[in-house]
Amino acid sequence: MELLTFYPLAGFSILLALGVVINKSPIGSALCLIGMMLGLAGIFAMQQAHFIAILQVVIYAGAIMVLFMFVIMLLNLKGTGAEWRSRERNTLLTVLTAFLALGVLYKIVDIILEIDLDSPAKVADTFGTAAVIGETLFTDFVLPFEVASILLLAAMVGAVVLAKTKLD
Amino acid sequence: MITELLITLAKILFIIGVTVGFFAPILTWVERKQSAIMQDRIGANRADILGFTALGLFHAIADALKMFTKEDFIPEGANKVLHTLSPIIAVIPAILTFAVVPFGGVYNLFGHEVNLVISDLDVGLLFVFAIASIATYGYVIAGWSSNNNWSLLGSMRTASQMISYEVTMGLTIIGVLMVYGSMRLTDIGAIQEDFFRWGIFLQPLGFLMFLTAAIAENKRIPFDNPEAESEIVAGYFTEYSGLKFGMFFMAEFIEIVTIAAIVTILFFGAWHIPFLTTATLLSWFEILGTTGSNLLVMLIHVGVFFAKVILFIWLQMTIRWTLPRFRYDQIMKLGWKILLPLSLANVLVTGIVILMLQ
Repeated sequence: MELLTFYPLAGFSILLALGVVINKSPIGSALCLIGMMLGLAGIFAMQQAHFIAILQVVIYAGAIMVLFMFVIMLLNLKGTGAEWRSRERNTLLTVLTAFLALGVLYKIVDIILEIDLDSPAKVADTFGTAAVIGETLFTDFVLPFEVASILLLAAMVGAVVLAKTKLD
Repeated sequence: MITELLITLAKILFIIGVTVGFFAPILTWVERKQSAIMQDRIGANRADILGFTALGLFHAIADALKMFTKEDFIPEGANKVLHTLSPIIAVIPAILTFAVVPFGGVYNLFGHEVNLVISDLDVGLLFVFAIASIATYGYVIAGWSSNNNWSLLGSMRTASQMISYEVTMGLTIIGVLMVYGSMRLTDIGAIQEDFFRWGIFLQPLGFLMFLTAAIAENKRIPFDNPEAESEIVAGYFTEYSGLKFGMFFMAEFIEIVTIAAIVTILFFGAWHIPFLTTATLLSWFEILGTTGSNLLVMLIHVGVFFAKVILFIWLQMTIRWTLPRFRYDQIMKLGWKILLPLSLANVLVTGIVILMLQ
């Protein structure tokens, strides 16, 4: 039953992730990214992390991507192909990127081989509910949580200041 | 297992029947009739079958027939796939919200605990919010894919307006959540059995701001800048015809019902009658046996819930036919300079009051 929902969701996410890279029009890419995020949210929900799943939809698919779309439309990039030329090849960069990708792949394969896939970790029924996550955030991880919120506030104030000097 | 599945299926069919089958077509007639009454016209009496007009109710059928038979036009240079997809993206979230909306409490029927909500999510309140933010794409893509400057302007306005009011909506939801201590909509409904704990008393400002933000999200007058017909033809759906236009139309009407339902759950006591607890009601009909009395109470509660929903639909319709359209800068000013600070202050005051009462 679980696999029956997992494979379509995973396949859907991977296909759309490829779509983000391959798509020629920026709007198409953005739409694929939104779809992929929704697929990921589905996988989170499957792992009993409902709260994370909903946040994935609200924040990434809902809020951030709307801004992406807004900017793309504002610039009106139609993506006809003419303005979009591929960059000149850089051998050094290509080799380095390949090494990086191989390294990541190696690590992923290593983890998969190490873990016994047939025995998922036991989690409590309340795992992933808003109450439990809130409690964890405000007890065990209160310092990182507060630091992150201050960082976000600073970034927000910075963005407002930058935009305001340009407006004035 | 099978019974559970059947019960869920019955609930889904009921909700789809009520929203798409009943409210959406009836509201087209209600809108015509109410505007006619408010503007002192006779209104909506042309469609007749053998001279019989049924107060203009046949207009709903005439509308449906017209939309089904009209030419489905896709403009030149439009993105065909996205142009077709966007009405679907617009209409699905409108219906999907009802998955977490409880339209009654928990009843003991034939030895089964029947909870009158399709999916009792732990994060129901956030789910509503998430679905509302997804709905934006339907309108934004519609304008972009039409290859028409009016449409593009309409969808830009949609995007900016919906982003602005989503912020206020999210912050008012936080106020509600602090008061009830739960994001589960069935819990929020159950707590309001006590008349003095209705959301309208605990979060009066929150109620006003939520309703304003919700109407702005639905893009109806006075917030209908995205489709302002006197400025940008019809905004994002300028290039839509036939059933695709009909879907945008339907999405708007279903969203009216959704907003009314959410406001009822959060602020107006959900399915409860003031000063009348479920236990009292059950004891009145004790003579009918467990299933009989539960069934009767369930029907009463569902009836009360939809009566409240209809009241808020009427309120939205009245607002729509009373106020003129706001200017674009007024909408932005209201969203960012008035509602956002007010909703932040609301969260702060709610927090202080809760702390003091503890």
